[in-house]
Amino acid sequence: MISLRLEPRAAPARWLGLAVGPAAVVVTFILTLGFVVAAGASPIQAYRTFIVGPLTSRYDGLEVLVAATPLLFTGAAVAIAFRAGYWNIGAEGQLLVGAIAAAWAGTVVGGMPQVLAIAVMIGLGALGGAVWALGPALMRIILGIDEVVTTLLLNPVALLIVTGLLNGPWRNPVTQFPESREIAANAHFPHIIPDSRVNLGLVLALVLIAAAWFVLGRTPIGLRLRATGLSPDAARFAGIGVERIILGAALTSGAMAGLAGVSLVAGINFQLTDGISSGLGYTGIVVATLGALTMPGVILAALFLGDLVVGADSAGLELGVPSQLADIVKGALLLVVISLLVLRRNRIAIRRGTEAKGAV
Amino acid sequence: MNDTPAVELRDVTKRYGSLVANDRIELTVARGEVHALLGENGAGKTTLMRILYGLTRPDAGAVLIDGRPVAIHSPKDAIAAGIGMVTQHFALVKPMTVAENVILGATDGMRVRLDVAAAKVADAAERFGIRADPLARVGGLSVGEQQRVEILKALYRKCRVLILDEPTAVLVPQEVASLFAALRRLCAEGIAVIFISHKLHEVREISTRVTVLRRGAVVGTRTTSDVDDRELALLMVGRPTLGVQRPSAASAGAPILRVEALSATSRQGLPALRHVSFEVGRGEILGVAGVSGNGQTELVDLLCGMRSPSAGRIELDGTDITGSKPAEVVAAGIGRIPEDRHAAVVGELSVAENLALEHLSEFGSGPQLDRRALVRHAEELIQRFTIKARPDDAAVTLSGGNLQKLVLARVLSRDPKAIVVSQPTRGLDVGATEYVRGELLAQRARGAGVLLVSEDLDELLALADRLIVLYEGQIVGALAAADADPARLGLLMAGLFHLEPVA
Repeated sequence: MISLRLEPRAAPARWLGLAVGPAAVVVTFILTLGFVVAAGASPIQAYRTFIVGPLTSRYDGLEVLVAATPLLFTGAAVAIAFRAGYWNIGAEGQLLVGAIAAAWAGTVVGGMPQVLAIAVMIGLGALGGAVWALGPALMRIILGIDEVVTTLLLNPVALLIVTGLLNGPWRNPVTQFPESREIAANAHFPHIIPDSRVNLGLVLALVLIAAAWFVLGRTPIGLRLRATGLSPDAARFAGIGVERIILGAALTSGAMAGLAGVSLVAGINFQLTDGISSGLGYTGIVVATLGALTMPGVILAALFLGDLVVGADSAGLELGVPSQLADIVKGALLLVVISLLVLRRNRIAIRRGTEAKGAV
Repeated sequence: MNDTPAVELRDVTKRYGSLVANDRIELTVARGEVHALLGENGAGKTTLMRILYGLTRPDAGAVLIDGRPVAIHSPKDAIAAGIGMVTQHFALVKPMTVAENVILGATDGMRVRLDVAAAKVADAAERFGIRADPLARVGGLSVGEQQRVEILKALYRKCRVLILDEPTAVLVPQEVASLFAALRRLCAEGIAVIFISHKLHEVREISTRVTVLRRGAVVGTRTTSDVDDRELALLMVGRPTLGVQRPSAASAGAPILRVEALSATSRQGLPALRHVSFEVGRGEILGVAGVSGNGQTELVDLLCGMRSPSAGRIELDGTDITGSKPAEVVAAGIGRIPEDRHAAVVGELSVAENLALEHLSEFGSGPQLDRRALVRHAEELIQRFTIKARPDDAAVTLSGGNLQKLVLARVLSRDPKAIVVSQPTRGLDVGATEYVRGELLAQRARGAGVLLVSEDLDELLALADRLIVLYEGQIVGALAAADADPARLGLLMAGLFHLEPVA
């Protein structure tokens, strides 16, 4: 009889810390091999299309940046909250409310100068995300209600509001489709690379992530936030206003997720549609986890997943495999990352029953 | 009567990287003996017992129970082999009752008869003289009470080898006496007891033989009656120890910390403190004695700003600080050294960050945290308080003694007006204990008022100028240190104050 069990390591394995990212990718590909074959594609060909393909053409390469932009926002949003020990699973809903706010703002800023119009959209979008994050945060702080449940449950609520608006008051009067009117042209995010959809949203995301990196690592507030996340009791004892830190982290996280919605409305879609997010908030959890909750990690993970999204699209076209394959890969990737993080702290002990008798 | 030892450890070795925690340990424990395991922190006692209980795997060596080699891979194997252990860190399910915890994992059949279990627990509690309400929820119990549940749990499992890791730290003398009486009864039934302790007088009182560990190796096994305290202490530390002595003739100054009719409720909403009033003078150490769970936790929490009183008033140097938050309490000039060091320190943060955690705003240049100032500050305190660590080390990697020095450094370097300190030397080795006590006396000499909450009577008697005794949330005795002795304190702590003319 062979038994396997986890035993805690004396110290987290350092080599695994560095290897988590690459190891996760390799293991995920091995695990998803069966699905690729079942979809009727050659695995090597499929993975080449998935990973390498997007990087071989200028257009696809820039599309990776486009796909990564909302993930940078949602990934950073989730990472900030998680670092404070606030388990915000509601980036999806916060993104949608940010998108609603941006879509509304975009239609009323028509007469303004472009800079002001964009600033109003950004401000209202961030505010929308923060407002959606406020309720669960207050319920957690005042009543002790688990935010995992409340933030998660508000996601479908936000989606229902979107579909309600699009099928009711906001239905496009011209096309009669469930999509909002287009936002004013002066509210469009300017493109930063010619002949591509790469827009101001990417710059905004990187600037905010750099700011978050600075605040988390280099300021008293960041240290207080990390202390709160690592040990709320010790943080409270040391005089840190744990409730205020959690509230601040929750609202910042919501605002950041709301900006993902703004970047989609103002940079890509120019209107609100009910499929505008399609799980970008949830993918933010993958990004944050894969990036080890650090800002540089979030950037790398968002780029990688952006690559995967673009690759999945072309895989669908070139190889005829369903694009849902990308979702399977994404899901498997998250599970593998979490497993590897557990392995970092534990080792697997393998024992054979016969040997165990007699000697210790 | 067969003389096969109950437990035999042969050549047990355990390494952590370059550190040898257990170096070819040989230990035999006979049936019916209390075998004391003596040694400083880090000597390897706990590692050895974790190996015996299946919590740690040795790199080499063998364990024999009743002369037969056994493979112990988990506590389950250990329990099956008849080994029970009461550790310093409790394995209790807090939302469950005492009875449920005791029977957990030791039930048979399909039905759980909780009423029967409760009766059995009450019976065992009575039989072994360990007071515990079977229906109380464990989460609401103090550290001391929880430890009693752990002891009951091991006894309930009918172990033939009982490992006790510093079991007496939270008991009053009377309870220690009845625990010892219970141990003797167990021994008479042929059960082997392994008793880990720092306290020589306990080792002397209860043990048949004593094995001393130092730096992971056995430095000697003696029959207790053949060895004197001095020899044991020398074996243990490798150098003669000198107890810290309180300079006599304290001239307590004006009151610095005043507590007036303070009341508070426990987390379960029961009255935990009732109209407690006292003063601590400048340059005075006021000791608070009492069995844990009699209001000390609440008193310390109130003074640390971690909880608000239901009535009463706290004054520091004439300023009302009742109901202040932790940051305000620190700013007012109270230094806080809590019972649980891990609750004061964020383990994953660095030593430097932890040292600055209460005063982060002082380490900013603009909005930025001044890393270099943080490290400089840490280096200074590391040197001054002889902490064995580097500024960048994660606090979690520090030993108990060094962690306590870290907390001391954070607090004492601010020259607080008053210091609230709880169980400052619990779990520390002799060297670290002396150091901590010396620092507290230095603060007294500096003119700080010190409120010292401790369950270690020797500590209270060695340090305090005056003592108050808490029992069920009330002060049941106040006496000068000169008038105090363990017997008298023990009576008060056990609630037998009617036998005692209250001072």
